[in-house]
Amino acid sequence: MKTTNEKPVADGTIDLSKMEKIFGKYKNVKGALIPILQFVQTEYGYLPEPVVDFISERLNISVNEIIGVATFYAQFHLKPRGYHIIKVCCGTACHVKNAKALSSKVHEKLKININETTEDKLFTFEEVSCLGACGIAPVVMIDEDIHGELSPDKLNDVLGKYEKPGVQKN
Amino acid sequence: MNTESVPLKNDTMEKSGSEAQTVVAVCLGTGGIAAGGDKVFKKFEEEIKKSGLDAAVGKRVCRTARTGCRGLCSKDVLVDVTIPGQEGLTYEKVTVDMVSQIIEEHLIKNTPVTKWLAKEDYHKFHDSQQRLVLANSGIIDPENIDEYIARGGYSALKKVLETMTQQDVIQEIKKSGLRGRGGGGFPTGEKWASGARYSADEKFIICNADEGDPGAFMDRSLMEGDPHAVLEGMIIGGYAIDATSGYIYVRAEYPLAVKRLRHAIEQAKERGFLGKNILGSHYSLDIFIKEGAGAFVCGESTALQYSIEGKRGMPRTRPPQSVEAGLWDKPTVLNNVETFGNVPIIINRGADWYSKIGTEKSKGTKIFSLTGKIKNPGLIEVPMGATIRQIVFDMGGGIPKKKRFKAVQIGGPSGGCLPESLLDSPIDYESLISLGAMMGSGSFVVVDETTCMVDMARFFMNFCANESCGKCPPCRIGTTLMLDILTRITQGMGEEKDLEVLEQMADEIKTMSLCGLGQSAPNPVKSTLRYFRDEYVAHIRDKICPTATCVALHKYEVVPEKCTKCQACIRNCPVKAISGSTKEVAFINKEKCIKCNLCYEKCNFMAIK
Repeated sequence: MKTTNEKPVADGTIDLSKMEKIFGKYKNVKGALIPILQFVQTEYGYLPEPVVDFISERLNISVNEIIGVATFYAQFHLKPRGYHIIKVCCGTACHVKNAKALSSKVHEKLKININETTEDKLFTFEEVSCLGACGIAPVVMIDEDIHGELSPDKLNDVLGKYEKPGVQKN
Repeated sequence: MNTESVPLKNDTMEKSGSEAQTVVAVCLGTGGIAAGGDKVFKKFEEEIKKSGLDAAVGKRVCRTARTGCRGLCSKDVLVDVTIPGQEGLTYEKVTVDMVSQIIEEHLIKNTPVTKWLAKEDYHKFHDSQQRLVLANSGIIDPENIDEYIARGGYSALKKVLETMTQQDVIQEIKKSGLRGRGGGGFPTGEKWASGARYSADEKFIICNADEGDPGAFMDRSLMEGDPHAVLEGMIIGGYAIDATSGYIYVRAEYPLAVKRLRHAIEQAKERGFLGKNILGSHYSLDIFIKEGAGAFVCGESTALQYSIEGKRGMPRTRPPQSVEAGLWDKPTVLNNVETFGNVPIIINRGADWYSKIGTEKSKGTKIFSLTGKIKNPGLIEVPMGATIRQIVFDMGGGIPKKKRFKAVQIGGPSGGCLPESLLDSPIDYESLISLGAMMGSGSFVVVDETTCMVDMARFFMNFCANESCGKCPPCRIGTTLMLDILTRITQGMGEEKDLEVLEQMADEIKTMSLCGLGQSAPNPVKSTLRYFRDEYVAHIRDKICPTATCVALHKYEVVPEKCTKCQACIRNCPVKAISGSTKEVAFINKEKCIKCNLCYEKCNFMAIK
């Protein structure tokens, strides 16, 4: 998991104290692993190795099993991701309304492929199976905001807004 | 047993509590918010306050209200303005800039801004539906329990706890003929009866809100628009099977639904509809929300239960059935969101009344998410037995851009497509299965003549291959192999024997897979082979994609008979490879052409192949 250019948080500096809150909340709760991983995913943006080790220790579940769960679900990521997450919907309704063109636009504009992050760590590009906003297809979700009835040109403008420095999430 | 219908207090909200207020209701479902509903709502609040309408004594009192999804997301932001004593009016596609004028002219001067009112499409869309489960969606504020109660909410729960035994409830649901809305169509009453049969120290009732079918959003809209109805149905179900706790398993992609459900659970607890000794009875139930983590297969009941347990969501063999040993090996009953949404209605109005709606074997209504190449995409609720034609043409308004209807894909990746010749067939569980489709969760994707059915089949197979959990080889390997063949065909490298191989593999995967995902994964291929075999043959034998969708097979030639000389292709060509004029049919210079496909997409007359 450790590579030279992925060091937004070096191992020694990962703040494990945040974890106490969530362990407290799920103390003696059955089936707590997934909610805890979801917390980590939101809090750290990915599942850092030291945190996974820590969870393993505290919940008494092997790292092997945790990674098994983490890699099964699309929501969890083992590598750091960008500040803004672009999710191009590839559901049926979006597919028949040419969602492919939106994906090409993202690729063309940001020069990244699916599941890649831009060099400046601003954007990560993903495709998802359905966002459930089929009435306004084709849609793209950036962070928590859904943008509907897009064309490649409109998407270009939308992305432009997020490119400006200092654009905060929501 | 009391089966007489209890009238819903439909009009209490207008009469009580709010002394003749003007109400501005803004649609704030996911669709509404995406279209800027939040901003429109805020603007209305601000402007109304500024104009003094809010506080004015002696003048009309006015308030803004948020509502859930109204179904017709393509016309969002939808805003209802209801002045007391007058019929409510609906504005469509409202933007922030339109707010002041609406307030100035409609609210103050009482002259509606006619040019922005919803057009005929909106009324056609709404008037031909039969809204039972969606009756409150888009009308009430989903974050306010009082509005739900004012419209008869929780009266079914009260009736159940005060006058009905567990067996009474089960019998009533059995008699209503309600069947699972999640796809399989298993009779809900039967499921509850077998759930009630097993006793244990802990029993669970689960609401399956893992709406993974790409193209479906009725569960999301129902949870966002009327979360208390889902809770009420679930509590009644819990009572019937004597569940000790309940879980709602919601997809991670639905943050708004999660938020509104959480809120609804809090409110229901405060009012004693949930928690210990519900409404003073001996029955206690707690409901928890579990957020999914992004896996389609978790819609399968055993996989869903493993996921709640914090494990990989992989289905297991049955028996034991979930009703015997489900979540944490305890008796568990699992139903879909919409199924629970039907329960309060059945209890309130009686099974006799309910079972009159629909067809002989499929009772009640069904919500469909109507999307794809359709003029008015949105959420519709129709009685079982409605025809495809009614849905597509009467409510959906037909196909846009003067294109021709080709097929409708019902049931998503587990379902199949139905061609034009079947437009008049009724929609119910049995008819759909006999035609090679499936109710599924209720996605209804319309495709027009520009959609390639081979590509469509490839799309669904790609989805299933990605989402296969990998436990059983027929599904894991079979879907990938079928996808390979389909991809080859769409790239012009298909062989004559491919179709036979596809058919054989489809049967094998169907019979040998462990769970519903694998068993139904070949359905789109089978149904497209059944109704659109000629398209496969054209791809394989002639290396032509009849709809010119498959980019690898494009020839980029203009069909002179179809070209209207509108020059749309010429304007859009990024490399100026197309020549022509108002007098001359367009011509594509193949040496310059980079095969970007833009001309094909921009042409409204199918003149480029």
